[in-house]
Amino acid sequence: MTITPSQTVGPFFAHALPYPHDWELVPPGHPGAITLEGRVLDGAGDPVPDALLELWLGRTGDRGALRRGDGGVSGFGRCATAPDGTYRFRTAPPAGPYLSLQIFARGLLRSVLTRVYLADVPDPLLDGLDPARRATLLATPLDTRSGDAYQFDVRLQGEGETVFLDF
Amino acid sequence: MTAPHPPYLSPGYRSTILRAPSQPPVPFRADPDTIELTSPVFGHEEVGELDADLTRGHAGEPIGERIIVTGRVLDDTGRPLRGTLLELWQANSAGRYAHDLDRHPAPLDPNFTGAGRCLTDDEGRYRFVSVKPGAYPWRNHPNAWRPAHLHFSVFGTAFTQRLVTQMYFPGDPLIPFDPVMQSIPDAAARERLVSSFSLDVTEPEWALGYTFDIVLGRTPVENP
Repeated sequence: MTITPSQTVGPFFAHALPYPHDWELVPPGHPGAITLEGRVLDGAGDPVPDALLELWLGRTGDRGALRRGDGGVSGFGRCATAPDGTYRFRTAPPAGPYLSLQIFARGLLRSVLTRVYLADVPDPLLDGLDPARRATLLATPLDTRSGDAYQFDVRLQGEGETVFLDF
Repeated sequence: MTAPHPPYLSPGYRSTILRAPSQPPVPFRADPDTIELTSPVFGHEEVGELDADLTRGHAGEPIGERIIVTGRVLDDTGRPLRGTLLELWQANSAGRYAHDLDRHPAPLDPNFTGAGRCLTDDEGRYRFVSVKPGAYPWRNHPNAWRPAHLHFSVFGTAFTQRLVTQMYFPGDPLIPFDPVMQSIPDAAARERLVSSFSLDVTEPEWALGYTFDIVLGRTPVENP
């Protein structure tokens, strides 16, 4: 069968797709929680204020994917960028070295899929990239004392363009 | 695999110019441990019975032409995808979104938010009740109007199958002029985004029926 074509989310997804605490895959104070934050930038280096990011840990967790109650881990989260292009997730650490991140926005006729590596490790994907492009998939630790916060910017186009994936 | 999808850069749709990646996506052969082979699973406790009826949940009835939209979610081998979450969002019948930043001077409808959710049944079928959205102007180019459309968000069984698309209505005269729809190079692929009117789905004295099937991409593990 032939696949249904993709279309942009447009600028007005924000009355439909966000849900309460969608960026918190774990509640405040969850042991081992990490924070991932950054910006989405366009080809001019300007912030993208109307992007939606989806984070997937590769496991469902012990509560619903959309449900945000007390306690528990969700494997899936969403965050819409703020007017300055910033986003933020609080999540449990992934089982492996990376998280899977998908980005939707006005002007993206298809979503883009990437990975956020929390450590620079030998890896089948990373090892196939030239060093400059490899660097775009590496999150930067923000607090080296506890290692619990990371920064990861997404550049949709141009210099430092994030590596996007096609499986 | 990318064939039916629009290219990232489609200059007629102005917002792509600074947002389209300039490098092609890196092809990557998934091994069984890659997390993109899996996908979030959604439960009935997360999606309420009424979430699929966008005409309810407010004090009164929304204004507009009541519609029923139904169809199946399938993978590219034709297998129905059961328990799949669909999310729907749209403008109201006057062509205005219930969104803070929508400045189109058409009336907001206090009885219509324009967002719904639904899980597919064992046959992969979904069903929404809503009102037909209006066309609306946008500033992409002089005299630009979007055809009436519904936005659909669909999860498959793999994170790589994730799809956001738009459903259009048959016979809409704005479709040939719309750079978003026309960004899809293949005419047959564009046609798959146009729903079909169905008298079988139509309910007498109540609502017009449309059918729209959604086919998600392959999972890497099944077709390496």
